[in-house]
Amino acid sequence: MFPANVSTLNTYNDLYPDWTQREVSTGTTIMAVEFEGGVVIGADSRTTTGAYIANRVTDKLTPIHERIFCCRSGSAADTQAIADAVTYQLGFHSIELDEAPLVQTAASLFREMCYRYREELMAGIIVAGWDPRRGGQVYTVPVGGMMTRQPVSVGGSGSSYIYGYVDSNYRAGMSKEECLKFTAEALALAMERDGSSGGVVRLAVISEQGVERQAILGNQLPKFSTV
Amino acid sequence: IMATVSVCQYHRGGFSFENCKRNALLEADINKLGFSSPAARKTGTTICGVVYKDGVVLGADTRATEGMVVADKNCSKIHYISPNVYCCGAGTAADTEMTTQIISSNLELHSLSTGRLPRVATANRMLKQMLFRYQGYIGAALVLGGVDSTGPQLYSIYPHGSTDKLPYVTMGSGSLAAMAVFEDRYRPNMEEEEAKRLVRDAIAAGIFNDLGSGSNIDLCVITKGKVDYLRPHDVANKKGVRTGNYRYKHGTTDDTTHHTLTCFFPL
Repeated sequence: MFPANVSTLNTYNDLYPDWTQREVSTGTTIMAVEFEGGVVIGADSRTTTGAYIANRVTDKLTPIHERIFCCRSGSAADTQAIADAVTYQLGFHSIELDEAPLVQTAASLFREMCYRYREELMAGIIVAGWDPRRGGQVYTVPVGGMMTRQPVSVGGSGSSYIYGYVDSNYRAGMSKEECLKFTAEALALAMERDGSSGGVVRLAVISEQGVERQAILGNQLPKFSTV
Repeated sequence: IMATVSVCQYHRGGFSFENCKRNALLEADINKLGFSSPAARKTGTTICGVVYKDGVVLGADTRATEGMVVADKNCSKIHYISPNVYCCGAGTAADTEMTTQIISSNLELHSLSTGRLPRVATANRMLKQMLFRYQGYIGAALVLGGVDSTGPQLYSIYPHGSTDKLPYVTMGSGSLAAMAVFEDRYRPNMEEEEAKRLVRDAIAAGIFNDLGSGSNIDLCVITKGKVDYLRPHDVANKKGVRTGNYRYKHGTTDDTTHHTLTCFFPL
């Protein structure tokens, strides 16, 4: 976690504050939901180094292929490097096949890398997209390198606060608009409670028609309690 | 099935005072033995960059420190990468210097191979892939900026290899002071003079409020087809002029008596 050129005995030092020595992490809330015809994915936009927000407008929804995205949580460097590597591998595979790649293939590539290097990596990734064979799919690849398909998946440090909300409010067969509202509200709740999540809510809808992206800015976030 | 058995530490946000007690105990133990614990060797710095209407403006202070001593009062922190791309470096001075030189060299070869002016995104890729390979052991925190066929771009690159593409960035120990200035006064599509003033003020905030930053302000204005390397742009800390003089004329003190002593030194 710490760069080696800093003496770890004396890390508390006013001259070189905490955030100059910590690794950049996307302490985060990410989410993905399947619906008939596609998927809705969402993420917050905060990247932290210790207690400092290094980037308050991060885009954690990274395109892997035309209709396949991944939501990144964990170490920023690790997830960016993994996403770049998988983007290359999937692009090559797609050209070989002369076909749109399967979401499951993308998820498998993530899993291969995250499991093989599990001791060195800190990456929690949700892979979501649309392919012609199986439609909208969400696969989660948490820290450790397991891979499983889920109709709805949440991840990141802020996800702990919204498991209850997601479990009680998810219904199978929701429409695209319902999924968007569900995701936005869940993310807003997590961002309210988790210090490592915040900024804007980034949403994307992936379907046969393509990708539609939107951002919900601070003042437009769904509000819940007045306390 | 649990996803993992290892301890997940990455989602700890907010302030952590865990190690203060442990550090105090360790300090006390070491001091009892008569030794002092080693100080961190870093170059405290303020570097920043901003994208404006016609290009990018990069800024840096000029102080290099070794512990609590200023090693170089006027070092150059804005490094050349290619004719249209420059890079400010914070962190370990040797690491920033060598890393930028390696990527500059590789980029020149790449540019000869493609027959085109290099892109900022290419430099960013090369830097992030090298830093990730070294897992953060190369202590280089960089602000990369330039103008290419795709337009003006600005990236911040962290020692572990993560990058952010943003309209304004700051790095180094003085980055919070500089970011405060940016968050207050940044606007998209500024004019050149306003952008230069903003960067100058941001670095000045770092110089005067951060002990690890100081001396002068260097600026680098990159536009399509032109680079203005302004070193120094602003001499913010001129060395003071001594008001008194301890030199005395010969004969100021008189000799009153003379004593001659002969000393023998065996060779």
